[in-house]
Amino acid sequence: MDLLIHQVLSGLATGGIYASVALALVMIYQATHEVNFAQGEMAMFATYLAWTLLQAGLPYWVAFFITVIVAFVGGVVIERVIIRPVENAPILAVVTVFIGLLVIFNSVAGWIFSYTIKPFPSPFPEQPLFGNAYLSSHELGSMGITLVLLLMLFVFFRFTPLGLAMRAAAQNPVSSRLVGVRVGWMLALGWGLAAAIGAIAGMMIAPVVFLEPNMMGGVLLYAFAGALLGGIDSPGGAVVGGFLVGILENIVGAYLGTELKFTVALVLIVTVLVIRPSGLFGKIHVSRV
Amino acid sequence: MSDVLLQVRNLHAQYGPTKVLHGLDFDVKAGGITTILGANGAGKTTTLRAVCGMVKTQGEVVLGGERIEGKATENIVRMGVAHVPDGRGTFLNFTTEENLRMGAYTRKDRAEVALDYERMYTYFPRLKERRRQQAGTLSGGEQQMLAVSRALMLRPRLLLLDEPSFGLAPLVVQEMFEIFKAINQRDRISMLLVEQNASLALKLADHAYLLETGRVVISGTSESIRNDESVRRSYLGY
Repeated sequence: MDLLIHQVLSGLATGGIYASVALALVMIYQATHEVNFAQGEMAMFATYLAWTLLQAGLPYWVAFFITVIVAFVGGVVIERVIIRPVENAPILAVVTVFIGLLVIFNSVAGWIFSYTIKPFPSPFPEQPLFGNAYLSSHELGSMGITLVLLLMLFVFFRFTPLGLAMRAAAQNPVSSRLVGVRVGWMLALGWGLAAAIGAIAGMMIAPVVFLEPNMMGGVLLYAFAGALLGGIDSPGGAVVGGFLVGILENIVGAYLGTELKFTVALVLIVTVLVIRPSGLFGKIHVSRV
Repeated sequence: MSDVLLQVRNLHAQYGPTKVLHGLDFDVKAGGITTILGANGAGKTTTLRAVCGMVKTQGEVVLGGERIEGKATENIVRMGVAHVPDGRGTFLNFTTEENLRMGAYTRKDRAEVALDYERMYTYFPRLKERRRQQAGTLSGGEQQMLAVSRALMLRPRLLLLDEPSFGLAPLVVQEMFEIFKAINQRDRISMLLVEQNASLALKLADHAYLLETGRVVISGTSESIRNDESVRRSYLGY
């Protein structure tokens, strides 16, 4: 029982990271109807940037914020320069571009930083907080950070005019233009946010899995499973899905063995797509013809 | 020449390789209502889209003295042009209220925007009842009212209307056209109205142009066209 509690709580901690990346995937999906397969590699590259800043002697939180901002700007630039030209191209072309980005980021990271794994520091203390036996400080800390992040995003999209405009641009770009929304920049903003979220996720997971170019592969898979489980067009659902997948991963790992962890994620993806493609919370939109 | 708000000269438009408009000339006077009539496929919707920069065009489109052809749609809108498109263009996943809020997206005067919400609700009380309802669940007529209201939230100087009577019950259409007349007279909003229902359009508008396969075949004041029996019989069907 004790083991179960531990696995569930630990699962919530990593689940928070999967939830954040799942949210980034859903944001881009809502705007472009494509899954950004390069999300993980962009996050990994941003984490390497943070590592470089830390190696240069910058304090952790300074490096953290600089990385988030640079990732944001990078995301905006990638959308304007690389994604925009293929905006209206057939799906296969867009997917190819995403996969191309994935490969480029992965290879360039390996080339610049080599493939040897590197340790990445956690900003949270070594000893568990309040002397508890269930969660390390890092797990508790990263849960806190991802919850704050998710809350900020929720408030942004729900209650600010810019958030409403971004949702409008994703939903109906033609009508958005007719009310004066600069749709191109809304998409770029979405990419910037997704890249920033990815950077934060990368910096939270790196202390656990160690920094190397293939670090985010597993995270992306779980995030994708979580986003599908929750509903690829439901941001709230993606978050719930991410947490569920985190818990599931740990329980499977503890009771079935770690070899099956990825398998379970893949099985989950296929099951959701076969049984209920809209996921748990994917909205069924009513529209009159 | 009295104030001309929109001046279009030699407008050509195409969808990909297919040319749809072949050198249109027409005007909308400031504070006036111009209607463009014609059968299906004549190019009426394309004309509105061309004014808004939504299709590839050649020719001159001048709004209040400024050339706007080639500009991006969102920038033309920001110059005070509101377009109620065919198909209504409702944000189906948003509530009624959120749709109106998007209409006012480019405006900075929050107090006036709040007043305008109330004004739309007095024009269309049905919208007030359904303000928090998902717009996609509104009836066709209600979505049409919402589309018009959203355009008015911009406080445009030029309102483009693409077949606003489409799919509406006759009584609702009558109410709506009375509202158009009222806002034209009170707020001096100029209008470019595309309609298949010729008699309705000619009652509201002061000038009319008749399109046939992308060309203007007849133009004049709506009174002269209304009174010209041969035109009515052969082109307008009544």
